[in-house]
Amino acid sequence: MEESRSFFRAKTLSFLAMVVVFLLVNALSATYVGFDFIDAAAEVPAGVAWMAAEFLPTVESLSKLDSILPALASTVLVSVASSCIAAVFAFALAVLGSRTVGVGKVAAFLARAVASVFRNIPVVAWALILLFSFKQSEFTGFLALFLTTFGYLTRCFLETIDEMSTGPIEALQAAGATYFQIFAQAVLPMTIASAISWVLYMVETNVRDATLVGILTGTGIGFVFDIYYKSFRYDVAGLAILAVVVVVIACEMTSNFVRRRII
Amino acid sequence: MMRSASGEATSRGARLSRKGSIRAHATEESNAVLWAVVVVLAVVSVFTMATIDYGKVDFFTACKDAVGDFWMMVSSPGLAGHFTFADVMEGLFVSLALAALTTFIGAVIAFVLGLFAATNLSNTAVAAAIKAVMSFFRAVPTILWVLVFSVAIGLGAEAAVAGLLFHSIAYLVKAYSESFEEIDPGVLEALRASGARWWQIVFQAVVPAKTSEILSWTFIRFEINFVNAVAVGAVAGAGGIGYQLFLAGSFYLNIHEVGLISYLCLAVAVVLEVAATNLRKRYIVQH
Repeated sequence: MEESRSFFRAKTLSFLAMVVVFLLVNALSATYVGFDFIDAAAEVPAGVAWMAAEFLPTVESLSKLDSILPALASTVLVSVASSCIAAVFAFALAVLGSRTVGVGKVAAFLARAVASVFRNIPVVAWALILLFSFKQSEFTGFLALFLTTFGYLTRCFLETIDEMSTGPIEALQAAGATYFQIFAQAVLPMTIASAISWVLYMVETNVRDATLVGILTGTGIGFVFDIYYKSFRYDVAGLAILAVVVVVIACEMTSNFVRRRII
Repeated sequence: MMRSASGEATSRGARLSRKGSIRAHATEESNAVLWAVVVVLAVVSVFTMATIDYGKVDFFTACKDAVGDFWMMVSSPGLAGHFTFADVMEGLFVSLALAALTTFIGAVIAFVLGLFAATNLSNTAVAAAIKAVMSFFRAVPTILWVLVFSVAIGLGAEAAVAGLLFHSIAYLVKAYSESFEEIDPGVLEALRASGARWWQIVFQAVVPAKTSEILSWTFIRFEINFVNAVAVGAVAGAGGIGYQLFLAGSFYLNIHEVGLISYLCLAVAVVLEVAATNLRKRYIVQH
């Protein structure tokens, strides 16, 4: 009885301590950046109402659809291509760097380090660096997305490959299969469904990130949004947002559908 | 050889291919869908690479320059007088503070919404409605939320946090509600049978069982929010280290400063990533 009571008391105390730490961190952060909770609570609802009224596409803005749709198509194409091509390289690196079917501990360490560096350098930094040499073009945006996706997918694929069962690989090794045969007959069939599922997820993420990269590199839907946003044509900017929303939701539904079928 | 039996089961139970060898793979529907997806993705990628605008630069020179720039960025980071080290550190803390605020406010809102989005604690209609709103929140890129809010309520920390909140809430509602749905139905039934009210169920059964999982998801989101705060600072001028990164890269055109700022972001991100990975392994059950 006494024991259980002290258990619950300790639990409540640690929970309270956590809450206090949370509140302290936030009070500190808020003072540091000049964030006022009360102001924000008062401003945000009014802001949302203003936004809903201003960014609502009008009939007139529909005439701008012929500049929005090609930009949207280019964003989608770049997102798909950057995800898929990055996936090929990431898969190769992940197989070589895997702990189960890889080529050694050094390769395993290097693969993880490379993945972490490419993933964690902000996509903005990649875009800015690439702008120096590739200037403003779709290809710059493609490369920036490619590099971050490469890092992210390498990490995902490493986990997928390390988690797969080693039975079939051992069986093939015992039967004298070569490294390539083991890759083609065991590693690939066991991991491809989950790899494709990751790629589909990445396509969706990249459509959103492509908007950000597009603003920096002057391409795609991000650039079109930025032009209308900066010239105060909020109704057309709202239409561009709506176009992105439709595409992202369509991507999500397609990838959910495919994922249910293949896994 | 039974050539007519291609693809059919033979008397020995093995499927033979046209050449008469034993088929190792069965053609199932899931395989067909998988290959269709692979083919579609490959075709779209090839088409994109063939038609993409490569700009007015010579491809190979640009590649060489890009590698050179990257090497300069990683090998000689430094400051060129546009910022002091104290400025950059302050920017880093501003980004961290924006991420912390977003995570905290997002967690509180998402906790409430998560309870109503969990099918075992709420009714199906409410849960479906919340999930639909969340997928709209997620569909609008974070940067657009921030840009919209910086005109709606004025440029500043409030706009950055408000814009970052949407994805944060959507992500956490999904994580929390899925974790609530994993609660043993027997426990809920026992509490309901003994007459517990809804909030008693929540605070006596759901929260105590899921505290560590909720905290882990929240921290994982903090990591993502930091990355987003940097990106948003760069493009929306919302301040923080991201804005300095943008100034260094596209205003002062200084690769050394971009390098230093990238290293700082990298260091913070790697620390947060390692912590988040460990938390995930320890407290979140793999499905």
